[in-house]
Amino acid sequence: MAQENGKEVKSVSEVTVMFAGDSGDGMQLTGTQFSDTTAFVGNDLSTLPDYPAEIRAPAGTLYGVSGFQLHFSSNPIHTPGDSPDVLVAMNPAALKINLKNIKPHAVIVVNTDSFDKKNLNTAGYDENPLENDTLAGYKVFQVPITTLTENALEGSPLSIKEVQRCKNFFALGLMYWLYNRPLEPTIEWIETKFKKRPELIDANMKALKAGFYYGDATQLFTTRYTVKPASLPEGTYRNISGNEATAIGFVAASQLSGLPLFLGTYPITPASDILHYMSVYKNYGVKTFQAEDEIAGIASAIGAAFGGSLAVTTTSGPGLALKTEATGLAVMTELPLVIVDVQRGGPSTGLPTKTEQADLMQSIYGRNGESPVAVIAASTPKDCFYMAIEASRIALRFMTPVILLTDGYIANGAEPWKLPEIDELPEINVAPLDESKEFQPYNRDEFLARPWVKPGTPGMEHRIGGLEKQNITGNVNYEPDNHDFMVRLRQEKVDNIAKFIPDLEVDGEQEGDILVLGWGGTYGAITEAVKQMRAAGHKVSQAHMKYLNPMPANTEDVLKKFKTIIVPELNLGQLATLIRSKYLIDVVSHTKIKGLPFRAAEIRSKIEEILGGSNG
Amino acid sequence: MANENMNIDKPKLTAKDFSSGLDVRWCPGCGDYSILAQVQRTFPAMGIPKEKFVWVSGIGCSSRFPYYMDTYGIHGIHGRAPAIASGLKVARPDLSVWVATGDGDLMSIGGNHFIHTCRKNIDLKILLFNNRIYGLTKGQYSPTSEQGKVTKSSPYGSVDYPFNPASLALGAEASFVARTLDRDPKHMQAMINRAAEHKGTAFIEIYQNCNIFNDGAFEVLTDKKSKADNIVVLEHGKPMVFGAEKDKGIVLDGFTPKVVSLADGKHTADDCWVHDEKDPNPLRAFIIAHMTDHEELPTPVGVFRQILKPTYDEGVENQIKGVKEKKGDGSLEKLLYSGNTWVVNGNGEVEK
Repeated sequence: MAQENGKEVKSVSEVTVMFAGDSGDGMQLTGTQFSDTTAFVGNDLSTLPDYPAEIRAPAGTLYGVSGFQLHFSSNPIHTPGDSPDVLVAMNPAALKINLKNIKPHAVIVVNTDSFDKKNLNTAGYDENPLENDTLAGYKVFQVPITTLTENALEGSPLSIKEVQRCKNFFALGLMYWLYNRPLEPTIEWIETKFKKRPELIDANMKALKAGFYYGDATQLFTTRYTVKPASLPEGTYRNISGNEATAIGFVAASQLSGLPLFLGTYPITPASDILHYMSVYKNYGVKTFQAEDEIAGIASAIGAAFGGSLAVTTTSGPGLALKTEATGLAVMTELPLVIVDVQRGGPSTGLPTKTEQADLMQSIYGRNGESPVAVIAASTPKDCFYMAIEASRIALRFMTPVILLTDGYIANGAEPWKLPEIDELPEINVAPLDESKEFQPYNRDEFLARPWVKPGTPGMEHRIGGLEKQNITGNVNYEPDNHDFMVRLRQEKVDNIAKFIPDLEVDGEQEGDILVLGWGGTYGAITEAVKQMRAAGHKVSQAHMKYLNPMPANTEDVLKKFKTIIVPELNLGQLATLIRSKYLIDVVSHTKIKGLPFRAAEIRSKIEEILGGSNG
Repeated sequence: MANENMNIDKPKLTAKDFSSGLDVRWCPGCGDYSILAQVQRTFPAMGIPKEKFVWVSGIGCSSRFPYYMDTYGIHGIHGRAPAIASGLKVARPDLSVWVATGDGDLMSIGGNHFIHTCRKNIDLKILLFNNRIYGLTKGQYSPTSEQGKVTKSSPYGSVDYPFNPASLALGAEASFVARTLDRDPKHMQAMINRAAEHKGTAFIEIYQNCNIFNDGAFEVLTDKKSKADNIVVLEHGKPMVFGAEKDKGIVLDGFTPKVVSLADGKHTADDCWVHDEKDPNPLRAFIIAHMTDHEELPTPVGVFRQILKPTYDEGVENQIKGVKEKKGDGSLEKLLYSGNTWVVNGNGEVEK
């Protein structure tokens, strides 16, 4: 083992860290900074921010704890880690909440300054857990982080409150020391962020460095760790969250299609960041319209779509419910439109900041009448980029609304992304106008898509609307046979998308005993669980559905080749229900609805249970 | 915009060019026919190419309007026409976007969209067909029905207070607010032309008779015998004078408008309140709006207020232009490869 400054340097292959504190303690920022630096030194990583819905919940409460979990490794990884190896607890509540999740023998760094009577009481501790055997078995480091920050900032012009607010940078500096990370990326960030307040640059930088040097100087820590860079493929990388990837994906789709991008939306957790990111891209001609409500968000997007824009509206579950009627209008008028639902815990307001996958049925079926739309889902933060492009590609080619499902977990989580070459990105074509035929607004091409003729085109003035219409002419028509014909035609058009999308791929054996079939943000946990099972010598196959409506053309063939299909979902079994009803194939539904993503172990134990059953 | 798009080679447009040729399905005698006719009469001479007009509507009798116009059009969903039209206009500022709506559509289910469209000053022309009743659902009271209205849903009289649409529009900071009547074609045409010329949200309340469910609602204002004494026609820079013999005027006593006789020798037209539609202070426009349905005061028609301020849609364009000048046009290359990136080389090593 190497020695450095009298400290032992231990090389480990992976670590899961949890930063936890009050919602005002800056833990999300600390976690994000640690992630960016960790990405920058070449580790693979995955993050799980977990924060309360209240902006500044009362100090010291259990429900006010904000956490940021980060898994980084010298090997490829797929999840933010099942249980932390290290907990940084800025107060007693953060300790109490996270104690049940961390590994036995985990490292705990506590800010002893916050373990006063008031905070202990608020967290429900009768006794100080630092002074009894509550933490027996853990490697506990008691650090007076607030005091040390105050000392480091002595003479600062900042108020005592502002000085104390810098303590998260002290903690960050200490963790940088412990895991051998460079300070430069965070220093650069501080310098840009506080450009207009030099006294804050000075204070945060001092706190960061003080934390770093404290680790070096104190007798408390005898060991520091290194995690070697992962051997990632050659290329240019950036660290990306799902919401940022979604925003960039639409801007890319606008560039690829040559169409102006319009976002009509209303702020809602956890989707608002897509609006924030997109509103920056003005020099790409992006128009973001912050509407008066969810309905105006989608209605304005429908107007923009009629006008010839690549039109998008973004929301979360409650907002998708409000957009229901207007989605039907886009179905009826056959306009291209992308609706992003960053799913969160429901029903009603539910759990705004927590993740869930329970809007699948709402997306596919949640409208009046027979109202088919395409539904697709992103599986990881970086996949949001590709699926935003895919949603645009389908909407524009088929003249249809497309619902793109992501979720709070992949939207806020981040991972390193190997940037694609520009020429690897797909072509985007709009439904063609057949100039050999006399123009009619509801003429059809081979996919049954209608032509998209935009206002301003002379001689092709036409009206569209939500009333039932005659095919080809688009004239209002209430005749029974016509309605029957049109309902089936709109369904057939959406079904035709199956001819346009890739087949469902199976990872592992193409037939066998067990297939784990997932969709959306459970991809990482399923992949990790399957990897662990294979490492233990089991044959387990995996398939992940990115296209939920219509499903890929080969879905039934794939599923029929396996004896048991396990469908893990963060709902009560919505995909399982769809598979059963569509293909009459039974599946084992494995569900969790805690507002949290699956842990790999929770999926692995289900596979083991099935394997155990089939063996015995 | 109008002049740039004028195509002098094309034959002059006529009212017929704006008729879609579909059978108009409003009830015979409906005031909507007059609105359609006045729009079709005014549109050809606006100097805007036909393909640049778009009609957007919601739900209700009024909202069938786009089907009868041979322009681009969307028949939307209930209440949402201003929001659909807003998205269209922001995406396509080159278009002339018109909204056809009714008192249920705009004042009830679409109230939120209406006030926010006015607030943002999006360059839309909104024609409110106000018949003070729900027609398409067969006769319930509407948010503009007078209190005590007996209808199918209010057999003992409605308890609701009504909205005053002009006052609501003024309160929401609409930059153009006018009122006209279905039975005064000339005046309606003038108002439509004024709205078309205005840059910003232009709101016209049209008193429209529903001869099936609320017949005669505006009779006193349209009947030849009574209208002169019950209407004051607002004209910018002119005193408010009315009556068959122009023998009555409005004076402003503090904040209170009062009718005076111009025949008794005590007052002349010079004493009357001179209408100033450009007044930057909205107060007097509110007083005018509240002269509506007043026992002692005539109902005003004409342009209540017109002020000029930058529109939302041109604000968006200017912002994009400014950022493009500062940052340069975006490209896929810049989009992906900007920000905090790092390079992993062929040996798997990280380079900056």
